[in-house]
Amino acid sequence: MKGIQIFLFLFVMWILIIMGGGLLVSIIAPMTITGFGKLDPVLDSGVKALIAIILVVVWIFTLSKIKNWIFHKQLKN
Amino acid sequence: MLDKIILAILVSAIAFFSVYITTPFLIKGLEKRNLTVKDYNRVGGAMVPRPGGPSILFGILASELTLYVLFPTAEILAIIITTSLAFVVGLIDDRKVLGGWFKPVALTVSAVPIILLGAYNPHLSFPLFGSVRIPELYVALVIFMIPVTGNTINSIDVLNGVASGFMIIASFALTASLFIIHNYDIALASLPLGFVSLAFYKYHKFPSRIFPGDSGALTLGAMYGALAIIGHVEIIAAVALLPAVINSFLFLSSVKRIIEHRQIKSNPVTHTDDFKLMATTDKEAPITLVRLILAGGPMTEKQVGFVIFRLSIFSAVLAIVTAFMMGIKI
Repeated sequence: MKGIQIFLFLFVMWILIIMGGGLLVSIIAPMTITGFGKLDPVLDSGVKALIAIILVVVWIFTLSKIKNWIFHKQLKN
Repeated sequence: MLDKIILAILVSAIAFFSVYITTPFLIKGLEKRNLTVKDYNRVGGAMVPRPGGPSILFGILASELTLYVLFPTAEILAIIITTSLAFVVGLIDDRKVLGGWFKPVALTVSAVPIILLGAYNPHLSFPLFGSVRIPELYVALVIFMIPVTGNTINSIDVLNGVASGFMIIASFALTASLFIIHNYDIALASLPLGFVSLAFYKYHKFPSRIFPGDSGALTLGAMYGALAIIGHVEIIAAVALLPAVINSFLFLSSVKRIIEHRQIKSNPVTHTDDFKLMATTDKEAPITLVRLILAGGPMTEKQVGFVIFRLSIFSAVLAIVTAFMMGIKI
């Protein structure tokens, strides 16, 4: 079947979305930052947002590597 | 329940027939005013009327306003205003050649009614793991999502019938997912998107009699994004949109900046002598979904379209599986 690698890439993206969601909900969201008084909510949200952005960058980097690996033959054409 | 079934049939019929009946008049009107563009993939380069956005918006407004008259909710109003604003952005881009940043920036304004009307729930739900409350971040997500979905659908509008055909599959997967998670009201409001796309596909399929243009593609994409936010199915919507996301991802990762397709110097696709589509050998050309599909060998435009539809069906199945997974918590 033509383009089977693209189906594989779609599937990997789906798995990465579910794994990323799990990481966010199970590990990052329950974290709390305290000890900074009124700054606590701002710092808490800021740090979580920063981690989320870093995760998205890692996600894009991973996808880019997987893309190169899956489409190695096609990309060389 | 019976009244909702009757309403579902009514809004679906209004959406479908509004576009089905008005599009031929739009085609004639555009031809009369010489608002046509060349179809470079057609033998002889036929001139095709553009944009089809007005008939798409008409279908959406006719059906959503009917729904709003019967069930006046902030959610339906937010869908109507967001979609209409995205249409205006697209229409401006159809008329004037603007920079690559214009659409994403202008589309952020389209997202504002969702925030002002409070038509969102600041929880982001993930399959298997539950949801996370992100009140401040969610507002940023709303502003980010409409330009992303709008431009993603616009970026896949590269071949005859692909944008509307893709939208039929993705939007019906979204509707099915909304029913699965028991969000019946927004499922009703999402029906017009699928039926409008279905009616427009009749004229947009190969060989196209009309192109949706930016006004059509952005209208469909923005409405899809608004439904995802208002229906609280952001992740499911992203999964159903994956082939178009891949296309944008491949394009952006190869050109490394936000530009309009018309700004590309090397075309990713060329033609064989018998006018089949063929992946270019130009190293400078961006990598796109169509170029990857064609890496296996030349194909007709219709064949490439069907490969994209198969990918869309695969994503739609993954989206529906994701919807079922929303009910499971580990």
